[in-house]
Amino acid sequence: MRKILSNTLFIVLFVVLVYAVFQMPTGANINAPAYNDIARHYLENGASETNAANIIAAILADYRGFDTLGETIVLFTSVVAVGSVLRSTKHDKEVRDHE
Amino acid sequence: MWLDRIIENINYIGAIALFVIGLRIVVTHSNLIKRIMGINIMGTGVFLFFVAIGNVTGGVPPIVNPEVEDQLFINPIPSVLILTGIVVVVSITVYSLSLVVKIYENYKTIDQKELSKLISEENNEH
Amino acid sequence: MNDIIVKNITRIIIPFAQVYGIFIILNGHVSPGGGFAGGAIIGTTLILYTLVFGREKGKKKFSHKASEIAESGGIIWFVTIGLVGLVVADRFLTNINAGFPEGIIGEILSGGMIPLLMIGIGVKVASTMISLFNLLIDEGV
Repeated sequence: MRKILSNTLFIVLFVVLVYAVFQMPTGANINAPAYNDIARHYLENGASETNAANIIAAILADYRGFDTLGETIVLFTSVVAVGSVLRSTKHDKEVRDHE
Repeated sequence: MWLDRIIENINYIGAIALFVIGLRIVVTHSNLIKRIMGINIMGTGVFLFFVAIGNVTGGVPPIVNPEVEDQLFINPIPSVLILTGIVVVVSITVYSLSLVVKIYENYKTIDQKELSKLISEENNEH
Repeated sequence: MNDIIVKNITRIIIPFAQVYGIFIILNGHVSPGGGFAGGAIIGTTLILYTLVFGREKGKKKFSHKASEIAESGGIIWFVTIGLVGLVVADRFLTNINAGFPEGIIGEILSGGMIPLLMIGIGVKVASTMISLFNLLIDEGV
């Protein structure tokens, strides 16, 4: 009974979200709201300003280089965090064995 | 007419399906590793939604060919943002897996229900 | 894993996969791909090596020391390239105005600092993938 109820709830949620998508100003063409001035600027001037053929690489490393720097710092932080979380258990075990 | 709209928005509908599947896994399963998998599936749905916004019918990937004039490119900005997001999802997945390792060492279980029972017993003792 | 088929296939396949990863990193600015995709491929080959041949042999190929150097080296390389722009052209991460060679569009030597940054990102992503995997299976540093 509980399972049927929860499944019904998720199906209702799916239908609501699909209805919301139908109300979006979609249409996969260049008049879509996401295709704004910034995207046009990147596509028109990106190749001449950075001399890289791949516009995505140009945005990633040149226009939004700070974004990528922060994201490498996220990777570094994740390694440090995982290391510190897992290290404490090993350290505790060694201390316990020593005693 | 409805079929047309569904075909037009099939990318978004797939993204929503992935999101709802992930949400169902997170809410209904009590195994912590299954919950992390659910979060990953939810993240994939969000990425698909985001990349689908940048789609243009008949467009090519934004790689400039100097010999061809007047190409129709897709929107590059969502792709770039999602490239960053994928890495963040990898990071949070590994961090939560390491927390699950710690939880298993302390409580010898990774089931949420047993875990909350154990924690409430622990609190009652004190 | 003590399976002769898996071991031999792994031995054959790893060099090709790694060369493909390096190709994707170095061609990131003229074709689809880049530091993230190529770094993920290289990291996956090292994970495959560790899975097949065991942790002891994997440690010899990519030790803890090497992961430390690659982890911090990626960020330091990135920031150094940015500081060149700060010194020469007054802005962090300046590309063409900071005097990086322009090259001809569509060829591999083009795009100024973008290929250099892509190498840094590739090293960083590859070492992060393999060291996260190693941390999880070692359960600690």
